[in-house]
Amino acid sequence: MRVEEMRLDGNAAAGALREIFAHDMTTALVTCAGCARASPMGVLMNYGGPMGVILRCPHCDTVMLRIVSTPGGRYMDASGSSVMLIPERPT
Amino acid sequence: MAGNPFIARGFHSRRPAAPPGRLPPGQYETRDFPVLSAGPTPRPPLAAWDFTIRDSEGHSVRWSWDDLRALPRETPTADIHCVTKWSKFDTKWEGVSVDTLLAAARSAGVASNPFVLAVSDGGYTTNLPLADVTDGKAWIAFGYGGEPLAPEHGGPARLLVPHLYFWKSAKWIRGLRLLPDDQPGFWEQLGYHNYGDPWREQRYQGDP
Repeated sequence: MRVEEMRLDGNAAAGALREIFAHDMTTALVTCAGCARASPMGVLMNYGGPMGVILRCPHCDTVMLRIVSTPGGRYMDASGSSVMLIPERPT
Repeated sequence: MAGNPFIARGFHSRRPAAPPGRLPPGQYETRDFPVLSAGPTPRPPLAAWDFTIRDSEGHSVRWSWDDLRALPRETPTADIHCVTKWSKFDTKWEGVSVDTLLAAARSAGVASNPFVLAVSDGGYTTNLPLADVTDGKAWIAFGYGGEPLAPEHGGPARLLVPHLYFWKSAKWIRGLRLLPDDQPGFWEQLGYHNYGDPWREQRYQGDP
């Protein structure tokens, strides 16, 4: 099986994101630091499998967000995301 | 009296456990070759592919695909251990010893430094002490199981450092940076252990 056939999207990272942001982040609009295009978190390409969450820009493959859960805590690197627009919770 | 028909015969002929001492702590044996990647699989044209060893001063030596394939080859057989807990025994590789490449680099004036950063197509990096890629411990592998190394397993060429967790064996490798200071790689920046010895179960930062 080709790796590409097993690819998930950012919706598969909803749980990992909620543990950090305490908010559903899949609808957050994230701007790529590489190509400056904005995408909903849920459509980012999700790699990394059991080692961690690696979310890449669907336009240019830049790594936009990385999360690894370890016994000592969760590591997150968002240096590939320039801006996140997190929508208001519905009232 | 006949045996219980609901207990499959195969239960008793299940594959025996790994020989004692062969599985590092917390690992299980698999006969598959699971694929784990931090990004899309690159497929660089071999005519444009090269491998470079560079020091921190900018001195470098470069091999084309044909140059690399013309170097003396070795065929190491090794057990490999992934940090996600699978181990695979007796994997058979073909490639060039990193010793061979470093000797050529030194002859070309590339300075030896105590740390190595492996760099790959797609931006992946991993860091190792120089001592862990010398003295017959590491290869640039381009063959697996008698075939060219498949792209999903790191082809055209990957680093092979079987004595450390397999994320250190960078897929799609394009070069080694020889550095005076240690520089954490892709996973090492993000909480994975800086060294990654499977026998000491060094999975995450803070593990002994």
